[in-house]
Amino acid sequence: MTIEDLERSAEQIRASDLIDIESGQISREIFVDDRIHKMELENLFPRAWLFVGHASQVPNAGDFFSSWMGSDPVLMTRDDKGEVFVLLNSCRHRGMRVSRYDEGNTMQFTCPYHAWSYSIDGSLVDVPGDLHGVPHMKSAYQGMLDKAKWGLVRCPRVHNYKGLIFATWDPEAPDFEEYAGEFHWWLDNLTDAFDGTEGETEVFRGVMKWRIKSNWKFVSENFLGDTYHGASTHASVEAVGIGPGGRGKRRHGERQNQGGFSKGRMKTSFRLGHGASDNLAYELPYPEFAEPELTEYFDAAWAKRAEKLRAEGRPLGGRGPATMFPNMSFSAGFPRTILVAHPISATETEVWRWFIVDKSAPDHVREWLRQYYMRYAGPGGMTEQDDMENWDYATQASTGVVARRFPYNYQQGLGREQLSELPGAVHSDHAIAGEVNARAFYRRWSEFVDNLDWPELTRRASVDDRVDAIIGREAAEA
Amino acid sequence: MTATQEGTTEMTSPTPMERMALHYEISDFLFREADLLDERRYTEWLDLLADDYQYSVPMRMNVKYDDVARLEQTREGAEVCWFDEPKDTVEMRVTQLETGVHWAEEPVSRVSHLVTNIRLDEISLPEVEVSCRFLVYRNRVADETDFLVGRRRDRLRRVGDDWQVCRRTLLLDQSVLLAKNLSIFV
Ligand code: FES
Ligand SMILES: [Fe+2]
Repeated sequence: MTIEDLERSAEQIRASDLIDIESGQISREIFVDDRIHKMELENLFPRAWLFVGHASQVPNAGDFFSSWMGSDPVLMTRDDKGEVFVLLNSCRHRGMRVSRYDEGNTMQFTCPYHAWSYSIDGSLVDVPGDLHGVPHMKSAYQGMLDKAKWGLVRCPRVHNYKGLIFATWDPEAPDFEEYAGEFHWWLDNLTDAFDGTEGETEVFRGVMKWRIKSNWKFVSENFLGDTYHGASTHASVEAVGIGPGGRGKRRHGERQNQGGFSKGRMKTSFRLGHGASDNLAYELPYPEFAEPELTEYFDAAWAKRAEKLRAEGRPLGGRGPATMFPNMSFSAGFPRTILVAHPISATETEVWRWFIVDKSAPDHVREWLRQYYMRYAGPGGMTEQDDMENWDYATQASTGVVARRFPYNYQQGLGREQLSELPGAVHSDHAIAGEVNARAFYRRWSEFVDNLDWPELTRRASVDDRVDAIIGREAAEA
Repeated sequence: MTATQEGTTEMTSPTPMERMALHYEISDFLFREADLLDERRYTEWLDLLADDYQYSVPMRMNVKYDDVARLEQTREGAEVCWFDEPKDTVEMRVTQLETGVHWAEEPVSRVSHLVTNIRLDEISLPEVEVSCRFLVYRNRVADETDFLVGRRRDRLRRVGDDWQVCRRTLLLDQSVLLAKNLSIFV
């Protein structure tokens, strides 16, 4: 096979041919095939709004945090006017990664290779007598190099949503608000303080980063609405009980008198690809703690939040777990944490976890949460450890030539979707089972991977044909 | 070595022979402890941990040379670590391992804890501060293999004629964890 043959065969692949939403079947190829992975890197990640980091990681002028957007390393920085930038972390001269630090504070980024220097907002520094942006500017370039044109590539679209920094490389992409749609309610619950004060949250220092031998979509799908896996995958941690209620109490700390954790916990699926394991009407009060002073603190926060939101006519639910398309997942309750699944290859992912805390949290609350987060989540977390085992070996056992011939099954709740009050969304009809979220996620995924243009992407998301199907079905039943 | 009024012993200026004997005794204790872990004799292993045991594994970061002392590790007690927990949580982990449905360790991994470069940093009996290097090798299922290597500080306490670990801090030499999880005790 020549390179041209390979390229031609790659052209022939259509992501939409590999997913069959109507019958609930998805080809394993999309989780293991290198060509699909390349199409994702080219057509999906540079066009979607991606989570880069939290504003509280760069509180001061000159602060920076290293992150990734799809296949590209980026720097999230803050300049002396307080503006947050996202810059491609690759020198314009020969591509050297200008910063290999995870975070820090700097006056400028000086490339180690030939010392081109960039200011914190990415421009080629040129302050006479202070910094020299380009060594030998006069003799090497006769002073002709247009420094204004050769700064670090700046991400054209950056959006700060209550401290969450999102960015996209695509100048044509819709505004962040449109991209998020009504899913923003979950982002609000993630970023607002436990007592409902808007945006009054920050992250703990320390982002967990670890490698798994799994396709990134396993991770996104898991938090998108796979509550079905909990009973089996997390049987061991449930048996121990690591939750707020203390040893022997359930890991999420739900109260015993609320009629069961999952009653009414229908999932929410957005035509835009986002999904949540719960719905806004599912009002789950904060847990009861083994320590009475914590119960008191969180009861007061819940009461204050309930009062504020009810006054605004807002429901109190919507804590996730949830995934914002394509690869940012989070939980807005216990624990409260953000995850990004960075694609490394078709079968490898680098997972990052940030942990959120109220800015105003008193020390004992902060410390309780920190310890809970560590024993719950991340590679050492007693809950998350078992997820990785499943994602890795599911990926491995799906790479075989024969295995690839057999699609995965996504038929839970097929044709049983329920109407939602939220535009562009439907619900599952079952709290635990229901793969409606995954079906919508992969449909959106195929639309991006097949490189539909923005007018078409927007058009398709503007009418949720699932709603018509539900109305038709209900009419037929009546 | 002199006996104090409280009946504890203080090694203010141990002789070389006393130091060697203590070094030998403590090394032997640490090797025995590693065996208990690798043989999954968790109940016996937990007995070697003091009730006030604290287990910490800070995360490591790539920072500038000048910032290493201040910022290279996340801070125990305040920032996110791989582990930063009391004995109670360690016991929960043992309970989880013993459920038989903890899939991350089912089938069980093959684990070897190697302890080396042992030095007694501070002798103030009944406690001794020990520094060492660790190499934890894990192999599971077939080709899944992890090497966790780094420095370790242990604070040991003389209890009767044996020892207990009351503080353990490990510095793992990775910033991005290359193992998919940490379902074993490092
Ligand atoms: S590669 Fe950066 S200055 Fe040459
Ligand atoms: Fe899980």
